[in-house]
Amino acid sequence: MKRLRSLVMVLLLLGMAPAFAVQPDEILADPALEARARNLSRELRCMVCQNQSIDDSDAPLARDLRLLVRDRLLAGDSDDKVLDFLTQRYGAFVLLNPPFNWSTALLWLAPLAVLVAGGAVLLFTLRRRRFVSADPTPLTPDEQRQLNDLAGR
Amino acid sequence: MIPEIGHYALVLALGLAMIQAVVPLWGARLRDDTLMGTAGPTAFAQLAFAAIAFAALTACYVYSDFSVANVFENSHSAKPLIYKITGVWGNHEGSMLLWVLILALFGALVAYFGDNLPATLKANVLAVQSWIAAAFYIFILGTSNPFLRLAEAPFEGRDLNPILQDIGLAIHPPMLYLGYVGFSISFSFAIAALIEGRIDAAWARWVRPWTLAAWMCLTAGISMGSYWAYYELGWGGWWFWDPVENASLMPWIAGTALLHSAVVMEKRNALKIWTILLAILAFSLSLIGTFLVRSGVLTSVHTFATDPTRGVFILAILTFFIGGGLALYAWRAPVLKQGGLFAPLSREGALVLNNLFLTTACATVFIGTLYPLALEALTGDKISVGAPFFNLTFGPLMVPLLLAVPFGPLLAWKRGDLLGVAQRLTAAWMCGLITVAVTFAITRGGPILAPFAIGLAVYVMVGALTDIFERAGLLRVPFPTAIRRAGGLPRSAWGTAFAHFGLGATLLGIVCESNWNTERIVTLKPNETVSLRSYELTFDGMTTRQGPNYRELTAKFTVRSGGTVVDVMEPSKRNFASRGTSTTEAALLTRGFSQIYLSLGDPAADGALAIRLYHKPLVLLIWLGTVLMVFGGALSLSDRRLRVGAPKPAKKSALQPAE
Repeated sequence: MKRLRSLVMVLLLLGMAPAFAVQPDEILADPALEARARNLSRELRCMVCQNQSIDDSDAPLARDLRLLVRDRLLAGDSDDKVLDFLTQRYGAFVLLNPPFNWSTALLWLAPLAVLVAGGAVLLFTLRRRRFVSADPTPLTPDEQRQLNDLAGR
Repeated sequence: MIPEIGHYALVLALGLAMIQAVVPLWGARLRDDTLMGTAGPTAFAQLAFAAIAFAALTACYVYSDFSVANVFENSHSAKPLIYKITGVWGNHEGSMLLWVLILALFGALVAYFGDNLPATLKANVLAVQSWIAAAFYIFILGTSNPFLRLAEAPFEGRDLNPILQDIGLAIHPPMLYLGYVGFSISFSFAIAALIEGRIDAAWARWVRPWTLAAWMCLTAGISMGSYWAYYELGWGGWWFWDPVENASLMPWIAGTALLHSAVVMEKRNALKIWTILLAILAFSLSLIGTFLVRSGVLTSVHTFATDPTRGVFILAILTFFIGGGLALYAWRAPVLKQGGLFAPLSREGALVLNNLFLTTACATVFIGTLYPLALEALTGDKISVGAPFFNLTFGPLMVPLLLAVPFGPLLAWKRGDLLGVAQRLTAAWMCGLITVAVTFAITRGGPILAPFAIGLAVYVMVGALTDIFERAGLLRVPFPTAIRRAGGLPRSAWGTAFAHFGLGATLLGIVCESNWNTERIVTLKPNETVSLRSYELTFDGMTTRQGPNYRELTAKFTVRSGGTVVDVMEPSKRNFASRGTSTTEAALLTRGFSQIYLSLGDPAADGALAIRLYHKPLVLLIWLGTVLMVFGGALSLSDRRLRVGAPKPAKKSALQPAE
């Protein structure tokens, strides 16, 4: 029944102007389950939009995915299992939070790497400059003579 | 005729830009005053012709001249006049024309105000500025000409995308471009300094105010775009970590870093080489932002590949200016003399720390935005990098930075006393800790990290005021004396305080909105009531109305609090027949700094209506904070040391308007 109703809704939506994201009839009766569904929706990408989560998107496909997430939750899946299920179906592209693996290691480690590298360069520069300031090169006799001339001594 | 005049003016502007790009540079090499002197007049003339071109396109829009392809594709005769005008930059070609107009404007401003600059520096700066201008004129004329005619003029235009027909989006792009393009001044100055192989006092005096002005415009532009998204897109989101937003955030972060390092350079003559690099990076990121938005590469690497003319052209501009700038830097920067020395614990040190974290944050956004594109291009794997990634990486990077913010202005130059400053910040961290405790007590069982973030925001806000309070001697001297002293403080000190206070306020708004936002998604029939926090909203009914170029469905809701009527909210949906699209116009009810947000879904056949209703606590602080930041920037810009400037010859200053 729920399936049929959602199908009718999708057909209606297709013919109409864009509706908004989460529809009243999608919301699950159990608030805890619904909260989980909302959190999961925020991590999933709407495949036909530009960088929108299915929670924000008003595309019919996003609605299908939202209903799918809720169906899986009702069937008793854990959050991770739902994400796994969707990744298997749609690939890693569906995850807005890219999982850590070989192809994303550079992405995830980059901020830390930049911070550490920047900090290291900074420490190195400061240390080198402190040496310079602590032990300035003494004037050559020639420079000392010029200085004395300038000072009128 | 008008489009042809515009087209011709644009070609002339290109010609002038080419002269300005070569002759002053040559003159600076030969130390020839006549050749260097051409820079000023050509800059003014270039502005005049760019303005004529822009005015011509605007005229085509105002008169709805649909024989011009650009007007036909983006305008409609029934559109209100204001959106006919703003529609000029609501499309690719027009917005690029605005881009070069602003570029020419900045060039002319440098020529006008630059009398106190050393002649060779001024000539070099204006020449570099003109290289950029020439590249973009060629880009417009070659790939994005807004003046192309259609063989047969259609009777009616296709109209502007309805969600762009809004006052917020009318002002957002020009502000953003003023910021993007404003950084071209810092860039030109940096390149000129590298060409000359020296940086003097005039350089530092000049770069900071221009960077500040550009930064203010960029801040306002981003903030306005965010508020527009908030009220127009219908679900109350204000930041999505969308690549287009990231494209504007990156130059903003780099610009913020530049602003702070330029202070060190101006006051202490240190960090010169780093400041030059930041100036190059800030504008490079502006160019990258333009490339990302304008080339279509964001939608997919494949859209880019199907129509690559524009993208490849911008990519070439990008490579030339960024690659050239960085190569010149690598070659010439070692020639520049390093300036003043300082201990790690000093105001200089604090500003270096600020730069380290801002640069890392900027790199994070950069990598997060471009990684999916690079990965797809290299391996064909498609991944998404969205809000969760940025929240996880950008957020933690901001925490140490925010903790350090109040320390900066309190530390002494050259050698500071960290413990002493921590003591002087007692009020700030005490307020912060109390806020954490109180927030925990009120929101028991709520989000764990949020109270700490609130405490951090309060700490930043109180910390920002500490400097002013201390220097005014509040609580130590009689109150009127303190007020008088506060009034006598340099405006730059006030500017810093306002900007940092604004940062805290924005953080407070962000944390409250994202953690304690209440949402109701329900279907209502007329005369039914929905409750939200302490408010009750009754759905009174719907009416339809005909607007100038749309039909509008308006629902009326009465808002009650404790039985008494507070206000009426009228959200609506607009249907634009010309494009067959519709927009949601959310209704906002402001209570203090919080807002009730109401947007409409679709009406069902039985008269029921789906609505989304939010209570967003302290949400307005997000944007008010940025207003304070801009205001702080303006105060700092009006500081005496910038207003007075270097001494000028008396006879010249008599001809200039009073400042």
